[in-house]
Amino acid sequence: MLQITDLHATVADKPILKGLSLTVNAGEIHAIMGPNGAGKSTTGYVLGGRPGYEVTGGTVTFEGQDLLAMAPHERAAAGLFLGFQYPVEIPGVSNVQFLREALNAQRVARGEEPLSGGAFLKLAREKAALLRMDMDMLKRPVNVGFSGGEKKRAEMVQMGILDPRLAVLDETDSGLDIDALRICGEGINAIMRKPDKAVILITHYQRLLDYVKPDKVHVLAGGRIVRSGGPELALALEREGYEAVVA
Amino acid sequence: MNVALAPSLPTRADEEFRYSDLAALEALWPVAPEQRVLAAGEEDRLVLVCEGAEPVARKLVVTLGEGARYDLRVLNCGTAFGRIEVDVELADGADFMLGAAQLGTSGQTLEIVTTVRHTGEGATSRQVVRSVLGGAATGTYLGRVAVARGANGTDAEQSVRAMLLDRTATANARPELEIFADDVKCAHGCAVGELDATGLFYLQSRGLTPAQAKRLMLQAFVAEAFVGAADEDSLNAAALAVLEAAL
Repeated sequence: MLQITDLHATVADKPILKGLSLTVNAGEIHAIMGPNGAGKSTTGYVLGGRPGYEVTGGTVTFEGQDLLAMAPHERAAAGLFLGFQYPVEIPGVSNVQFLREALNAQRVARGEEPLSGGAFLKLAREKAALLRMDMDMLKRPVNVGFSGGEKKRAEMVQMGILDPRLAVLDETDSGLDIDALRICGEGINAIMRKPDKAVILITHYQRLLDYVKPDKVHVLAGGRIVRSGGPELALALEREGYEAVVA
Repeated sequence: MNVALAPSLPTRADEEFRYSDLAALEALWPVAPEQRVLAAGEEDRLVLVCEGAEPVARKLVVTLGEGARYDLRVLNCGTAFGRIEVDVELADGADFMLGAAQLGTSGQTLEIVTTVRHTGEGATSRQVVRSVLGGAATGTYLGRVAVARGANGTDAEQSVRAMLLDRTATANARPELEIFADDVKCAHGCAVGELDATGLFYLQSRGLTPAQAKRLMLQAFVAEAFVGAADEDSLNAAALAVLEAAL
């Protein structure tokens, strides 16, 4: 589904990714762990196409297409979802309006019929319930006045509604209390653990992986994957720290 | 013998016309004041939509009796020249609301010039002006709030914001307070900025095209001028149509 080969990227002319390679197949959940400054968030932003994150070498193929040649909205329509570590507040724009327009923009780009207002609300209600989120919150402006945990749950509701093929989730577990962590973890499983979908979880800690069991765990350090393994690698990292495991 | 002389055409030296399009104004000069007098306790509202290719200059002179209420909404979006001047006097307990949006994306000059005179006690006035300017457009707000001696309990607010879509557009904002009473509450805020790049990327990462993302954020920005208006929906729809045509 996703093939990253020897990816190099800079932010403000500073090299951050230095030869990242990673293959993710349909049906798999991958965890990318690593110390601060390793390039974890940069990986997410480069995949999402954020301006200012410049690719200087390498290739990324998503479902057979050149991902790097696509604009951010085209990547979304192709089935990529980027979960933000810090979801952005958009004053004045309600979640419901934003998500309906976003979903329909994706559907139109894929040559599908736009969803009617009624059908969209039914879908939104169903996904909000999955994340135990009140529909009234979805009528409020995007992320404005939401707590850290509410923002992350709102991100997962967005993911449920947009129904991507590949989700790249950047520290979805940061800022969550224990209950919200479990709710988000269960949400990720319900929405994304399917044979035709895949997930890349970017995280510092093992705790999210207790709920969302990864098939593969990678350690990102110095802008590339320095070690890969199964779920046991995450446990070893938690126990012994990055320095001991990466050395 | 009284001889009424037509006032001579203003020049750049006249503060109220400093940023005006004097060539366009010449054809409309002199601008006849439109008087509106509300008796004690009376309520009225007015919606001005200035659109199309014809230049427009209007001057409203409003006198509000005790406890009278006047709600003025303006959508200033003509493609040539649009000037709305408002002079309001408020007696005891009167209330004045101005909600105005100026949308210009070619080379036009749009301006709102207000004088709000609080002469009675306990009167309230609120001015919300939102401008979206692109191309070589100029958007101006010159607003003076004058609180007379003895006009205690005055509550006056000016909220002025402009969004520049291009570096070639110009926004002028000059909110002024002139206070001769002791017990008053006067707030004024003014900001000129550009669309938040992080917000735009966030919306696009969910599938909105760059134009849709811009339009959604501008729509929310402009809507602040029409909150609480009797014609809120139709004003928002009219503003949206202008934005959609421009983006």
